[in-house]
Amino acid sequence: MSVATTYRTCPRSGLQFESRAEKLILANAVAAVVFLLIGGILAIGIVLTRWPAVHWLEAATFYQVLTAHGLDMLIYWIIFFEIAVLYFCSSTLLRCRIATPRVAWVAFALMLIGAVTNNIAVYQGGSSVMMTSYVPMMAAPSFYLGLILFAVGALIGCFVFFGTLVVAKREKTYQGSVPLVVFGAIVAAIIAVFTIVSGAIILIPTYLMSIGLVEHVDPLIYRTIWWAFGHSSQQVNVAAHITIWYLVAAVVFGARPMSERVSRGAFLLYILFLQLASAHHLLADPGMSTEWKVVNTSYFMYFAVLASMIHGLTIPGAMEVAQRQKGFTRSLFEWLRKAPWGNPVFSGVFISIIGFGFLGGISGVMMGTEQLNMIIHNTIYVPGHFHATVVIGTTLTFMALTYYLIPVLFKREMIAPRLAKWQPYLFGFSMYFFCLIMMGAGTLGVPRRHWDMSFSGMPMAYEWPGAAYLMMGLVGIGGLAAIAGGAIYIYVTVGSLLWGKRLDTGTERKQVTPIPPTAPAAAVQGYGSMGFAAPGTFTLAMVFLGAFILYYFINWKYLSTLWGLS
Amino acid sequence: MSAILPPAERLWWKHPLDRVEGTWIVIAFVWCMILFFMMVFWHIYGNQNLSTETYKTTPAQFMAKTQAMVDQYTVRMDAQATPVVAPPPGSDVYLIARLWSFWPIIEFEKDQTYRLHLTSMDYNHGFSLQPSNINIQMVPGYEHVITVTPNQSGDFSVVCNEFCGIGHHLMVGRIYVRE
Repeated sequence: MSVATTYRTCPRSGLQFESRAEKLILANAVAAVVFLLIGGILAIGIVLTRWPAVHWLEAATFYQVLTAHGLDMLIYWIIFFEIAVLYFCSSTLLRCRIATPRVAWVAFALMLIGAVTNNIAVYQGGSSVMMTSYVPMMAAPSFYLGLILFAVGALIGCFVFFGTLVVAKREKTYQGSVPLVVFGAIVAAIIAVFTIVSGAIILIPTYLMSIGLVEHVDPLIYRTIWWAFGHSSQQVNVAAHITIWYLVAAVVFGARPMSERVSRGAFLLYILFLQLASAHHLLADPGMSTEWKVVNTSYFMYFAVLASMIHGLTIPGAMEVAQRQKGFTRSLFEWLRKAPWGNPVFSGVFISIIGFGFLGGISGVMMGTEQLNMIIHNTIYVPGHFHATVVIGTTLTFMALTYYLIPVLFKREMIAPRLAKWQPYLFGFSMYFFCLIMMGAGTLGVPRRHWDMSFSGMPMAYEWPGAAYLMMGLVGIGGLAAIAGGAIYIYVTVGSLLWGKRLDTGTERKQVTPIPPTAPAAAVQGYGSMGFAAPGTFTLAMVFLGAFILYYFINWKYLSTLWGLS
Repeated sequence: MSAILPPAERLWWKHPLDRVEGTWIVIAFVWCMILFFMMVFWHIYGNQNLSTETYKTTPAQFMAKTQAMVDQYTVRMDAQATPVVAPPPGSDVYLIARLWSFWPIIEFEKDQTYRLHLTSMDYNHGFSLQPSNINIQMVPGYEHVITVTPNQSGDFSVVCNEFCGIGHHLMVGRIYVRE
């Protein structure tokens, strides 16, 4: 099949973009940023209401804003961006035409219509059910319909990605195995298919219930299947942002994976075990057996945690090896000190790696431990944890990737490079602070999704300790700083797209230029033949492990002082 | 051979690993096993494990059992006319969560064991015992029986920490523990 299309080789990156794929990537990325903007504006209302001294919005408005913030950030911003990443990882990295571009536009339209319908349902007021929409609390039918349309669109997008892989293979645009980054994207897409199917299984009956065709959806079954969708979609994010970490290590440092086998093996563990995580949300529930909880919550003996710990070593490790080959070999950390800290593509990713591991990863294992979950479930510790994974991990990584794509994909010179240089630090570190303090308040028991810590003066009101009030105030301050960081990102991105200086688009060809075969590297020949290649990273990993062990047993110690429960 | 190019060796699973990676994988694997077996260990030797004893129920059934307990064991009424019940140690104690209150108020004795039955009459609610910070989900239609042994005396609050609508922030109850 020959189609009228052109291939452009970017003079700045050497990447080859097919014109139709390029437009799709652009459209999905722009839609993503629009939803980030909406979600960011909504975030102002949330932090200024949970800050006890400000307590800005009315209760009804607060719950409405909180519902929309969750949906816009966790679903629309992230998944639109991920679809763009999937098209990039298939069409661009494998240098082939995108499969069925018309279908891909249909997918985009469905996603957009779904997201807008769902948002409108929330703003109309009758659907303040939070992102989780636990039955029997019901939203308007258009709330569920919007989500379903969006999910169908995203599913089609995943299949366009798979189709593009087939095109590349059949048209022989590359030789041998796909690159590691494409491999990671495949893992993300496979988990996405599982996720979206789970969402359909539970959201379709719930939609039918909202229009009166189905009488009853069991609340516990809803929670179980909804979380197979809700948590697995976060695993899509993990696979996607780890893929981008490898990508950024490659484009910034020219780093290659320390070992293809280890990195790909770790990705395979994700496919096998990450979907079990629905259990994380049911540990404090009735109904499930202890065995089911223990096996599922631990991703069958923590094999997915093992995978993340491996990526956490191999990505900075690959950077270290590349830096050492450039001559930064003095001491343990010269490679890190001399890293391009002024380049937001690198600094964003590195701040993301550290925050995701230390804050998001460790807190996630705490919450996911069956017994420890009882001291955390539904407290504000939970949003503390997932802002560390989804905002510091996924969102900050996507921001860093955007800075790379502005000249390459948008073909524009970045406006305000100095602002962009500081943005990852402002956004990342204020999110570190925000997450840590939320976890602190959660340790004191402060609930999530709660409008008024003072219970509006109810006679039986619980008096929170002063420290809880103080911490919720600090959460407000940290949140505002992070929102400012997010605003800078949107200003730089949208500004560059609209009025950045146009850059040379590069040569356009009618024919694809296949990827030349890769020359074998004289790298590792056998186990340990490179010596101990990344001692600095290994030291960092041991610091991580020490923090992990210490915090883990502190939590057990605290648990052991509580009421006897059996 | 960077991460965005195909690997030079087609058989990537034969690619040798570095010593840093090998060492770390072993360490991380051992730690993961400790994480896993710690949960099992606590089930055998620990005192804080969440029961999984669960029954299907309906609001009417659960209300009847709760009302019977209230009729039998009410010791006084609090200022808002909520009954305070003090069932004997070892007995079945019922706590209802509904929009937007917990009912009734329960009085335990320290170091005695009770079978605490939890359910919700309508939406999902949360049982968040403060200041201890013990958090349990309350799901409508399911009666969750938890054996509790309070080890401290004092006034405890039960805060709803599952979003349950516009009055969620008003939903708070009490449990007293006597010496």
